[in-house]
Amino acid sequence: MAQALKETIANVFEEPACAKNQAKDEKARKKGCAKPLTPGAAAGGCAFDGAKIVLQPITDAAHLVHGPLACEGNGWDNRHSASSGPTLYRTGFTTDLSELDIVMGQSEKRLYRAIKHIAETRRPPAIFVYSTCVTAMIGDDIGAVCAHASEAFGLPVIPVDAPGFVGSKQLGNKLAGETLFTHVIGTREPEQSTPTDINILGEYNLSGEVWQVKPLFEKLNIRLHACITGDARYNDVASAHRSQVNMMVCSAALINLARKMEERWGIPYFEGSFYGVTDTSDALRQTARLLVSRGVGAELLDRTEALIAEEEARVWARLEPYRQRLKGKRVLLYTGGVKSWSVVSALMELGIEIVGTSVRKSTEKDKARIKELMKEDPHIFEAIPPREMYRMLRDGEADIMLSGGRTQFIALKAKTPWLDINQERHHAFAGYVGIVELVRQLDLALSNPIWAQIRAPAPFDAKGRLTKAARFPALVEATDTSPSKAYLRKFADTEAQDLGEC
Amino acid sequence: MTKLAAPKPVAINPLKSSAPLGAAMAFLGVEGGVPLFHGSQGCTAFALVALVRHFKETIPFQTTAMNEVSTILGGADHLEEALLNLKSRMKPRFIGVCSTALTETRGEDFAGDLKAILERRAEELAGTDVVFASTPDFDGALETGWSKATLAIIRALVSTTNVHRDARRVNILPGQHLTPAEVEHVKDIVESFGLIPIALPDISTSLDGTVPEQWNPTAYGGARVEDIARMGAAACTIAIGEHMREAAEALREIGGAPVVVIDRLNGLAATDELMMLLAELSGRSVPERLLRRRSQLVDAMLDGHFHFGGKTVAIGAEPDLAFALAGFFTDMGARVSVVITTNPSPIVSRIAGDDVRVGDLDDLETAAVGADLVVTHAHGRQMSSRLGIPLLRVGFPIFDRLGPAHDMRVGYQGARDFIFEAANMFLAQDHHATPESLDPFRAAGAAHLEERHDRPSFSRH
Repeated sequence: MAQALKETIANVFEEPACAKNQAKDEKARKKGCAKPLTPGAAAGGCAFDGAKIVLQPITDAAHLVHGPLACEGNGWDNRHSASSGPTLYRTGFTTDLSELDIVMGQSEKRLYRAIKHIAETRRPPAIFVYSTCVTAMIGDDIGAVCAHASEAFGLPVIPVDAPGFVGSKQLGNKLAGETLFTHVIGTREPEQSTPTDINILGEYNLSGEVWQVKPLFEKLNIRLHACITGDARYNDVASAHRSQVNMMVCSAALINLARKMEERWGIPYFEGSFYGVTDTSDALRQTARLLVSRGVGAELLDRTEALIAEEEARVWARLEPYRQRLKGKRVLLYTGGVKSWSVVSALMELGIEIVGTSVRKSTEKDKARIKELMKEDPHIFEAIPPREMYRMLRDGEADIMLSGGRTQFIALKAKTPWLDINQERHHAFAGYVGIVELVRQLDLALSNPIWAQIRAPAPFDAKGRLTKAARFPALVEATDTSPSKAYLRKFADTEAQDLGEC
Repeated sequence: MTKLAAPKPVAINPLKSSAPLGAAMAFLGVEGGVPLFHGSQGCTAFALVALVRHFKETIPFQTTAMNEVSTILGGADHLEEALLNLKSRMKPRFIGVCSTALTETRGEDFAGDLKAILERRAEELAGTDVVFASTPDFDGALETGWSKATLAIIRALVSTTNVHRDARRVNILPGQHLTPAEVEHVKDIVESFGLIPIALPDISTSLDGTVPEQWNPTAYGGARVEDIARMGAAACTIAIGEHMREAAEALREIGGAPVVVIDRLNGLAATDELMMLLAELSGRSVPERLLRRRSQLVDAMLDGHFHFGGKTVAIGAEPDLAFALAGFFTDMGARVSVVITTNPSPIVSRIAGDDVRVGDLDDLETAAVGADLVVTHAHGRQMSSRLGIPLLRVGFPIFDRLGPAHDMRVGYQGARDFIFEAANMFLAQDHHATPESLDPFRAAGAAHLEERHDRPSFSRH
């Protein structure tokens, strides 16, 4: 591993603002967060995946993956990070290294030519170049190639040094944050700047969720300058250092970036979420408060409260029709991070029972909040083994599971309704309108008529032998009344298997 | 709400094809058969073109070519001449005569005329069975004609004497709404229980599109006249679709075989019922292969239901087809907002839909606004493009896509594939989110939310 990358990773691990780190003692902190993965029992993405998740939503940039085909070829265009304009970010670029390139050491040249091709044919405002395991291992200096290409073609070419083997997806998220901090943010000045400019960090506009909340800010005359990086344009991210406040959405992912932006440019940040009613209100409230602390007139606080009151009334009115239908329904929530407690509180408001929630990836603070909400309920899990999850669902311990795509089929094979609330989902669940959509989807899943059909036992056993008696009056009648139907009678009291071939 | 009367004084963009066409299709399901329309030349030509465009096959089809004079003086001569010409030119095993609106309105005594002709020409027509079905265009539609023709075949050709009971023979009376591939699939299922299916009409071997080694002027494939004659001896008659009930009852009257009417065959419970029936008739277990198909269907329902929940579907089809389709979409969690059908069959009152009535494609177009999917035949394509709603082609005619004879949507396997077919159409609509569509304040968006959220459209059970 290159020395520079080693230092970056060590630096990321020592993140002082990280809640998990704060809870550790000196020794534990030094060891870093790189829990070694267990071979044969590991799941989840790599650091490259994590870095790409964070950076790819920059819609007008080209994203070039330097490595053999698999890294890009097997995973491109698989997330629903939405764009309101440019589509270049969805084009899959990779150097697609061959055996010969690797053996003969031609991969750096190939990378350079790839950058040249993209710069000349697509003319993007910037190109992100991702290293991968193979190119990191053979020692390609993507930093040098990028610097050279940047000069030669007159556009930012940014090296993203997060090869998969350095660690988990989360580490990759943080390395992407480092990349933005080192190479992008602060390199441009905004075309327009207002005293109420804010950034949102760690929000990737999955299914267009940014669009569900952006208008809320606009209503308060707060301008969302850069979403890092959902539906972002390169120039907006590059000039994000002029914003007044940072809101950090996915706490674990970009905490290092938020803290460093505060250090260098004095931008205060808070951690919030747009999932659930109270969280959305809270996010608006905190944003207003921090803006006021930066000199915006205090009347913003009043306007914010007024908007919150209005919107909360509207959202509860919209949720009301579902209350009766969903009351007492039992939900198993299996997700991570802030989503857990935020969604928990919204669902509990509707009288839905949470029979269990997982706290994987959640910070200590998140866990404390969940415990507070679910006081009397002992069902807080770290992780549920698939077999146990299947059993719980098959035994009907929950009416529906809310989780990510990986556990989808455990629920479905257990003939239990399931709703996707992770990043692969197709529905936008953010803000006040989002929670209504989530509840609507929950209701649709629960009330779908297939459940009764597929749970009803088949009228025959696993060997295909009938388990139910005759249901055809016409046959019975024919057997009973007409002497000419004697051929049917022989079946009437006989077990199917006694008959053999007929 | 089911309303059976179309209140408007004009049909705009017709949904139905006429009864004689349905009867002709049924007659094509008899081996060596030729349908003969007793009417003017155009009656046959339009029907023929419709059949050829749908099946992409040469269709043997003749006309009595009524003209002005014969219309006034009576068409018996034309009928006689047509039968003799057909016999000498094509040497058919079977001729199915369908009346049309023209000859029915004139009030001909078809039965009497035909009886006289057959007696008079017994020698010339020997070896050819001639069956007559009264199918005026003004009464009913495709399913009507199909069932009348089937009934006529049964009354004329099924032997009433010397019925040797055969416990392994099962009569299948597939409705007009089944494609050749679907009839074949049902026969396969019956055979897999060790039973012998006799399908009438059997278009699975006549309209399935094959390349025979020699030129055939008549229908090749189809139910054999000899097998039809023995239908009275079967252990059971399975009618698929309400419109086949009468024909099944006719068979029961002849041979006493019990009748089971299966109203639809495109769902889990519906197919289970067929399995139970066959298991009982045969005394055998449900074959392993079908158990596996059943499990695949259950999995398809699990994977597919996400894409049906909350969707609205508009259907235009013949009554039994509409009943089956509406049941299928409702089972999967979609809402069937409107069903327009062709005639007030008894099944219509049982169709699952918010608004079920007899009407035309214009009625469907008006009512389908806002739906996610239109399900009707190929003439729905204009409405589909005007409304910007995708069209799932079902029924007859389908002239702008290949292979409608091989659409297979019945049984566990057919229902499984139908789920994928429909779900893929929903997926292909690809409603990408936009800032406008998600804006919590946008006026139209708010209205949309009121519509969607405040009055949840719950699936109907």
